[in-house]
Amino acid sequence: MSDAPTTTPVPPATAGPGRQILGPTALGDDPRRFWRLAWTIAVTEFKLRFFGSALGYLWQFVRPLLIFAIIYIVFVEVLGVGGDQPFFGVALLLGIVIFQFFTDATAASVRSIVLRESLVRKIDFPRAAIPVACVIQALMNLGLNLIPVTIFLIAAGGRLYWRWLELPLIVVMLVVFVTGLSLLLSALFVRFRDVEPIWDVVMQGLFYATPILYPLSVVIDKAGIEVARLMLINPLAAAIQQARHAIVDPSYESAGQIFGTTAGNLLPIAISLATLLIGIWVFSRAAPRIAEEL
Amino acid sequence: MCEHSHVTEQPTQPTAAPIITVDDVSKTFRIPTEQVHTLKERVLHPRRRTTYNELQALDDVNFAVRSGEFLGIVGRNGSGKSTLLKCLAGIYRTNLGSIFIDGRVSTFIELGVGFNPDLAARENVVINGAMLGLSRREAGHRFDSIIDFAELREFTDLKLKNYSSGMMVRLAFSVMIQVDADILLIDEVLAVGDAAFQQKCFDEFEAIRAANKTVLLVTHDMSAVRRFCDRAILLERGRIVAEGDPETTGNRYLDLNFSAEARAQATAAEVAVTAPPTADSTVSGDGRAVIEEAWIESATGERVAVVGNGDEASFKMRVRFTQQVANPVFSVSFRNGARVPLFAASSDWSNDHSGPFAAGETAIWSVRFRNLLGPDRYSVSPSVTLEGGAALAVHEQMLSVVVTRVAPGALVDIPFEQQLTRRSEADKQQTGAQ
Repeated sequence: MSDAPTTTPVPPATAGPGRQILGPTALGDDPRRFWRLAWTIAVTEFKLRFFGSALGYLWQFVRPLLIFAIIYIVFVEVLGVGGDQPFFGVALLLGIVIFQFFTDATAASVRSIVLRESLVRKIDFPRAAIPVACVIQALMNLGLNLIPVTIFLIAAGGRLYWRWLELPLIVVMLVVFVTGLSLLLSALFVRFRDVEPIWDVVMQGLFYATPILYPLSVVIDKAGIEVARLMLINPLAAAIQQARHAIVDPSYESAGQIFGTTAGNLLPIAISLATLLIGIWVFSRAAPRIAEEL
Repeated sequence: MCEHSHVTEQPTQPTAAPIITVDDVSKTFRIPTEQVHTLKERVLHPRRRTTYNELQALDDVNFAVRSGEFLGIVGRNGSGKSTLLKCLAGIYRTNLGSIFIDGRVSTFIELGVGFNPDLAARENVVINGAMLGLSRREAGHRFDSIIDFAELREFTDLKLKNYSSGMMVRLAFSVMIQVDADILLIDEVLAVGDAAFQQKCFDEFEAIRAANKTVLLVTHDMSAVRRFCDRAILLERGRIVAEGDPETTGNRYLDLNFSAEARAQATAAEVAVTAPPTADSTVSGDGRAVIEEAWIESATGERVAVVGNGDEASFKMRVRFTQQVANPVFSVSFRNGARVPLFAASSDWSNDHSGPFAAGETAIWSVRFRNLLGPDRYSVSPSVTLEGGAALAVHEQMLSVVVTRVAPGALVDIPFEQQLTRRSEADKQQTGAQ
C-alpha cells in the first residue's frame, strides 16, 4: 500500500445503476448545497455567540475597541508612534480590526473539524463547509467591527472617498488568503495536534511583522523600501496597508506605491490565490479519510 | 433440524433493478503502531515511516439490494457491519470495489446527531436539513412535519437543553423519520429509548415498509430482523458468511455468537471445554459420596460446553463413595437462564437398583439424551441421594452448557409432525366412512 492517503477506487466494468459512492469529499458535488451548509453553520454559530449571553453582542464590539484603547495609549500617546501620520488612531483601529478577522477565522478553523467530530463521523457532508463556516462567521464580525472604525474616522474629521469602494476588493483578497489558510490548518490539525500552538506563535509573529502598531513609513525610513516591499508580500500586510490608504487617508502609501508599480499588487494577490489552491488541495486529499483519522 | 449452509434466494421480482449495488468492496483501516502525532516529529524525523497495522474491516463484500427491500445486516461486534453502513453512506471511502446507489439516501447512525443544546428545536432542524442537503424551502416543509410528528408544536422556540429527555428523543426520532429519501441506512437506533419509544420505532418501521422504501438496518436485535427484514446478511470478520432469509441468517448469527462465547471460555479455563463452574455453584450433602467431575459429551465423545439444539449429547459424572452405600440414586437437572428446570434425569426411574458400593469405589453415571432444549445457557446440577431421599452429594449448578440454534421461540423444541387437512375433504372422508 502506498503512502498516499487516498486510493481512488476505479469504477469497474460491472457498474450498477445510480451514482457511485466514492466517500466524502472536501467540497461535495453541489456548490449550492456546500454554500447553504457553510452559511447555516456560520449564522447559527454567530447567533449563539451573540445571543448566548447578554453581553455577547456588546463584547464582540468592545473587545477590539479595548485592545485598541490599550495599544493607542501605549504606542501613540506614550511612545509617540505614528505621530506625524493623519488619523493614526483610526488607522491603528482598522489594522487591529482586520487582524482580528484574520485571527478569528484561522484560530477557529484549526480545531473546527475535530470539534465537530460527531458530525464528521456520522453524516456525509462536504467537509470543507466547516472551516469555510469559520471564515464566514469571522467575516460577519469584521462587518460589525468596521462600523466603529467608520464612526471614529468621521468623528476624527476624516472623509468618505470614492476609494472606499476598494475595500470590498481588499476584503475579497483577504478572504481568499484566509480561506486557504483555514483549510490547510484544519486539515493538518486532524493529524498533527501541535499545529495549534505553532499557529498561535505564527500569529503572534505576524502581528508584529505586519504594519499594525506602526505606520509603514517608519519601516521605509528606518529599514528601507526593500524591507517594506518584503513585508507587503504578506497578503495580510498588503490588505491592511491598502485599506488604510483607501479608507483612512491617501497619505498612507498604497501597496502599488511601495512596490513602485501597480502590477506589484499582483504579488500578494498571487500568494493569496496560491494559498487557497494549496489549502483546497491539502484539504481535498485529507477529506475522504478525516472520519477515520479523528 | 436441518443445517442451512446454502444461500437461500429470497423470491423478489426479477425485473427490479438493484437500487444498491455493492461490488467487491474492501475497506482497510490503518492503525499506526507508532504514530507521528506532531509536526515537530514529522520535521525532525522526515524519513521515519509510520508503520501501520492493517485492519481489514471489510473483505470482498458483494451484494445487491432491490427497491423496496428491507435488508438486515447482522454480525457480532467488530464484524464490519457499521463500517459497511458508513461506506454505503459515503462517510468512509472504500479501498477497493465500488458502491452504486440509485436514489436519495438518508443515514441514521445515531439519533440527534449534531444537535446543539443551546439552540431551539427550529434551528437544530434547519442545521440538520442543511447537513442533509435540503433547500431552505424543503427544510421549511420538513420542519412543520417534524414538529407535528414529534408533537412539540408549543416548544419550537425552547432551547434543547430545556427539553425533557423524552421530548429530545421524540424530536430526534422525528428528524430521522421525516425525511424524503428512497433509501434509509439505519444503525442500531433501536438500542436507545424505553419500551414505548421502541414500539414507536417499530410502528414507524412498519410504515416505512408499507411505503415501499428501501431500508438497510444494522442491528443485533434478531427479533427486529425477523419482524421486518425480507432478507439478512451475516458478516463475520468483514466477510459475508451467510445471506438469505432472516430466520436462517439469524440462526447462523446465534450459532456464531454462542460458539464464540464457548471458545472464549475454553481459552480462559485452559482445561478442556468442560465444566466451566457456574458462579453460584454450591455443594451440600452428608459427604458419603463426592461428585468428582461432571461434564457434557457430544455424540462423538468430545467434552463440549455447547450443544446444538437437536443434537445427541450425554451428561456424565464421576462419583467416589467415601463410605459404603447401598442403592444410591444418581440424578441431574438442567435449568435454563430463568432457573426453570426443563430437563431432569434420574437412575431412580429405572426399575433396577444400583446395588451396593464399597468405600473408595468410583462410578461413572451417564445419561444419553437427544437435546430438545431451546437455545439458552443451562445450569446443570447433579446429585447423589439415597432411595429414601437422604442427600449424599448435591452439587447445585456444577456446570453450565449453552444450547445454540433457534427453535421457533419456545423453551423446548419438541419434535412434531404436522398435517393439514382441508375441512371439505375431511367432511367427505367422514361421510365416506359412514
